[in-house]
Amino acid sequence: MSAALRRVGGSLLPPVLFGVLFILGWQLFVRAANVRTFVLPAPTDIWSAAGDAHARIITAAGHSGLNALVGLIVGVVFGVLAAAVASRLPVFGGAITPIVAGLAAMPIVALAPLLNNMYSPLSSLPRREVVAISAFVPIFFNVRRGLSELSAVHRELMKSYAVSETAVLRTIRIPNALPHFFTGLRIASSLAVIAAVVSEYFGGLQDGLGSRITSSVGASDYPAAWASVVGAVILGLLFYLGAVLLERLVLGRRAAPAT
Amino acid sequence: MTRSEPAAEPAAPPAAVQLRGVGKTFTLRRGTVVALEEIELTIGRGEFVSLIGPSGCGKSTLLRIIADLLNPTTGDVRVNGKPARRARQDQDYGIAFQQAGLLDWRTVLANIELPLELHGANHGKRRARAAELIELVGLSDFAKHRPPQLSGGMQQRVAIARALAESPTLLLMDEPFGALDEMTRERMQNELVRIAGETGAAVVFVTHSIPEAVFLSDRVAVMSARPGQISEIVPVDLGPRTDDTREAPGFYAAITQVREALRGRPVPKTVEVGVSVDALGPGVRDRAQGAP
Repeated sequence: MSAALRRVGGSLLPPVLFGVLFILGWQLFVRAANVRTFVLPAPTDIWSAAGDAHARIITAAGHSGLNALVGLIVGVVFGVLAAAVASRLPVFGGAITPIVAGLAAMPIVALAPLLNNMYSPLSSLPRREVVAISAFVPIFFNVRRGLSELSAVHRELMKSYAVSETAVLRTIRIPNALPHFFTGLRIASSLAVIAAVVSEYFGGLQDGLGSRITSSVGASDYPAAWASVVGAVILGLLFYLGAVLLERLVLGRRAAPAT
Repeated sequence: MTRSEPAAEPAAPPAAVQLRGVGKTFTLRRGTVVALEEIELTIGRGEFVSLIGPSGCGKSTLLRIIADLLNPTTGDVRVNGKPARRARQDQDYGIAFQQAGLLDWRTVLANIELPLELHGANHGKRRARAAELIELVGLSDFAKHRPPQLSGGMQQRVAIARALAESPTLLLMDEPFGALDEMTRERMQNELVRIAGETGAAVVFVTHSIPEAVFLSDRVAVMSARPGQISEIVPVDLGPRTDDTREAPGFYAAITQVREALRGRPVPKTVEVGVSVDALGPGVRDRAQGAP
């Protein structure tokens, strides 16, 4: 076995072991304490519920995933644009920052019912808007910081070169902002899934994981509700993983080890 | 009071740097601070001049005024006979700071190419010039490395190569070896003497280190603080610099002279406070091989 493989194994072993022990402990606790299913179902109950309903969970996850993806892309595009303008025009930055801070402080629960009522109940738009707003915030703040950071030595160097602000943007600010962008993207990707799922709790089109959770709870089928929660967790992890992979792809060579 | 060019020949090329009555006052919330007052200094073409003095004497401020990174409050600054702004726009000088300030996401080669790229040199020309410079600073084996993979001394050499990219006639250096260990520092000083000789560029070198100033310079401008003034100019006549120079009696004599000047106890053969240094005339650097 190669050293690299052993290293990966070494870093994977603790979380896997912890997960297995956690689920085992959960199972034993529920069985030993005779916890009733509507309080907390055992992992085996959830597993069998997931098996029964896996096709429907996957379909629902597809809808929620698409909403999260579309909203995420829109939020990222607007977040980057707003950050670029804000870093270039301090007046705009000063004007927009309190609004974005307000957006950041506003819980999805406050917004989702209002947006749901704005559109037809068959529209996917309100959920995507909630996602876009959620994703916008971390992208805006991180990219803005990355674009605004310019060390004294770089500022003086570029001034000595007597080049335009556009050249500074291209050669220093944008490359400098990339790691910040990906930090924002990792946060935004997880937030996107949360927003897509949770916004369904408040009406609108009921075809995603959120509505599966609420309808299963409504039908007192708690293991099925938990199975959908597991689906949401997996979806969130996939989004996060996607963001990390994209980051590796773009920044990977920067972190290249010495020869 | 006339301050004509030392040689007074009409066809004589302008001095690399000419400062006349340069002063700088910073306005802060709690009042004004006089950072520099009545600076008179002329640096000849190819001459190596160090600015040395206690913290707060304005030596870095003075360098930035020459570089047109700061505007003087009073006085006149000329680089190669042009106003400082024009010289900056024409890229008459290259500059290096205490921090190398390399772009971590670019290779060593691409870092050296940066000024050429920004000023529109074509790819082939850039590559050729960068290859030349990387050879000059002895880092050819590291062309494809990225700055975080290099030691502090190597990073500083890249910064110097970058400063030389457009063959400036003036090199401005703000404590470029300040963050290096003593051994690396001496090696870098040897390198700089050689590079300055090979390129024929005039150098203005800001430092805290007396031996460094003496080893490198044709003249050492000793500054005093509050207000920042050039209190004395110490000429250093040690001939071509080699490692042996550091052991030579003349080296120690010059160090003592600079140290005394810093303490404000002038020894004979020095210049009074505020007197124009033009009288000394620009030294001709003769220590480095290949110097014109």
